Amino acid sequence: MKILVIEDDLEAAAYLVKAFNEAGIVTDHASDGDLGYYLATENNYDVMVIDRMLPKRDGLSIVSELREKSIDTPVLILSALGQVDDRVTGLRAGGDDYLPKPYSFSELLARVEVLGRRKGMRDNDTVYRVGDLELDRLAHEVHRAGQKINLQPREFRLLEYLMKHAGQVVTRTMLLENVWDYHFDPQTNVIDVHISRLRSKIEKGFDKALLRTVRGAGYILKADG
Amino acid sequence: MSRFRALLRTTAVRMSALYLGLFAICAVALVFYVTDLTSNLLTYQTKQVVQDELKVLGNFYRRGGVSMLIGHIDRRSREPGANLYTIAAPNGEILAGNVESLQTGVLEIEGWTERPFSYRRFYQPEGTPGHAALAEVIFLPNGMRVLVGRDLGEPTKFRSMVQRSLAMALGIMVIGALIIWFVIGRGALQRIDRVSQASQKIMAGDLSQRLPVSGSHDEFDRLSEALNAMLGRIDKLNVGLRQVSDNIAHDLKTPLTRLRNRAEAALAGKEDADAYRAAMEEMIEESDQLIRTFNALLMISRVEAGAAVAELSEVDLTQIAHDAEELYEPVAEEAGVRLVTEIGDGIKVTGNRELIGQALTNLIDNAIKYCTDGKGPPEVELRLGREDETVVLSVLDNGPGIPENMRDDVVKRFVRLDESRTKPGTGLGLSLVEAIMGLHGGRLELVNCDRSEQCGLCARMVFDRRS
Repeated sequence: MKILVIEDDLEAAAYLVKAFNEAGIVTDHASDGDLGYYLATENNYDVMVIDRMLPKRDGLSIVSELREKSIDTPVLILSALGQVDDRVTGLRAGGDDYLPKPYSFSELLARVEVLGRRKGMRDNDTVYRVGDLELDRLAHEVHRAGQKINLQPREFRLLEYLMKHAGQVVTRTMLLENVWDYHFDPQTNVIDVHISRLRSKIEKGFDKALLRTVRGAGYILKADG
Repeated sequence: MSRFRALLRTTAVRMSALYLGLFAICAVALVFYVTDLTSNLLTYQTKQVVQDELKVLGNFYRRGGVSMLIGHIDRRSREPGANLYTIAAPNGEILAGNVESLQTGVLEIEGWTERPFSYRRFYQPEGTPGHAALAEVIFLPNGMRVLVGRDLGEPTKFRSMVQRSLAMALGIMVIGALIIWFVIGRGALQRIDRVSQASQKIMAGDLSQRLPVSGSHDEFDRLSEALNAMLGRIDKLNVGLRQVSDNIAHDLKTPLTRLRNRAEAALAGKEDADAYRAAMEEMIEESDQLIRTFNALLMISRVEAGAAVAELSEVDLTQIAHDAEELYEPVAEEAGVRLVTEIGDGIKVTGNRELIGQALTNLIDNAIKYCTDGKGPPEVELRLGREDETVVLSVLDNGPGIPENMRDDVVKRFVRLDESRTKPGTGLGLSLVEAIMGLHGGRLELVNCDRSEQCGLCARMVFDRRS
């Protein structure tokens, strides 16, 4: 995966580039809006990470200009402001995801990988399969090794999201955002409890664990071990 | 001298000068108008009298000719307060009447004299000035002239009297205005001086200072009171801010110290990759908690600043309550807490789903956390219903509750009942709920739980049912 990071804070940018490279993601960096826009139009990236406040050209106008030129590269907007309405304006301008500062790198990495969509399922798949686990999106049914598993509607959506991004780390906030449509951080680990319930339903009585916890980051659903 | 100049610059003085000027102009105009009107009236009366007299004389002349006319005029001339009468020969020689001499040329033109003329009466002492009069002159067919007129002494006197009194009134007005300027202007100036002295002190940092209020409830007092109220608010905010920053410093220092100690301990321990890894993971969790605290702080100040007001729309509280129940049901179960609900149908308010959801989950979170400390099996109830003019979303628990004298404090930032900080939490949950309710024009009420025998806390989110 190849991404572009447009960030004017050089120290933060250097850290991001290094961390992304270590995660196996090729990263270009632009330190101002004009250079960033130029790189974004000249090269093909899988994902762009754009800071909202930039010298020369602000992040949101870069995004809307790219969208006008029909460049549909997924964009994640970073912002120190992070208000509820800020998120809305960010997404309205054509951003695909929005992460307020301060963020943890694992959160950013997980979101960038999900946006890059190298792994996981495609949107138009009607059946998601991970190992012997099968989720039928139309019939709303889940089977593992041919055995039907009964899930609550929310558990179904939770599993659907995890399977859609199988092989990728999804964070608790991503789950809360996409499954519950809440953009805040509950004080206790509400998500963990839901996950452990789901885990017991899809793993009890089976040998292989599918849903694993990634410490300090989130969860990953994988077939191989 | 500079004080005098300052006095001249005051609004009171400027305004009174302006008023004085306008008033004087009006007064002068009025006086001129009145005198003009009056003297016109007097002139008219004079003419009327003279014409009546002429009519009478005409009758005499027609009946008895010149001799009868002269006889009558002679008689009339001797009456006290008589008009002026003159009969003159065609050459201008005065034959009869009560006038000794006339301004030359008066008898040459028939009809009304165009302007007042001077004359001397008989027996008038030498040296006194002549009188002025208006008269009508008539030429008789034989060339003799008859003049009937009236002295103008009264209108002239009247005019000069009015002019004198006008001058005097203006004089008194100017002097009065000067005195008023001085008194009012100086008074105002002194009060403004006091106000600016007080504000100097406030600017120097003494926020406990207040602007002087004289107690006369005038506009200065009103202004001072408004500014004082503003200062009071600023002072309160300032104190709050200082408290918060003290609390932040204190509450963030602890986890930071812990973080540092962990790193130090890991470094000092044996060089083992797994141990390092474990320590690092712990440190990440610790920093996440710190970030969570910062996020909550930022969120509160954002909500308090009212930035999300624009995002208010009609939201389905019933749905929010069910969502929260669904979200927390497994959490409660894991904590061994029974979660019961009593959620009214189809209840909607104007608000922000995200914020109300966050506030509600904060309350449920607290309830689950603390109800296990109470007597009896832990239980949390989520209620949503209408009450009179309000909609109330409440979370009840059977935990130990909050002592009444602490209820105002717990909504403050970083204030926690649990001094030992054994339970997780940022100490910001209730502050955020209160801020969110403030944004929605509602309030957070902390009351005793009314559920049967237990006496836990009932946290009520009260929304107004307008809109």
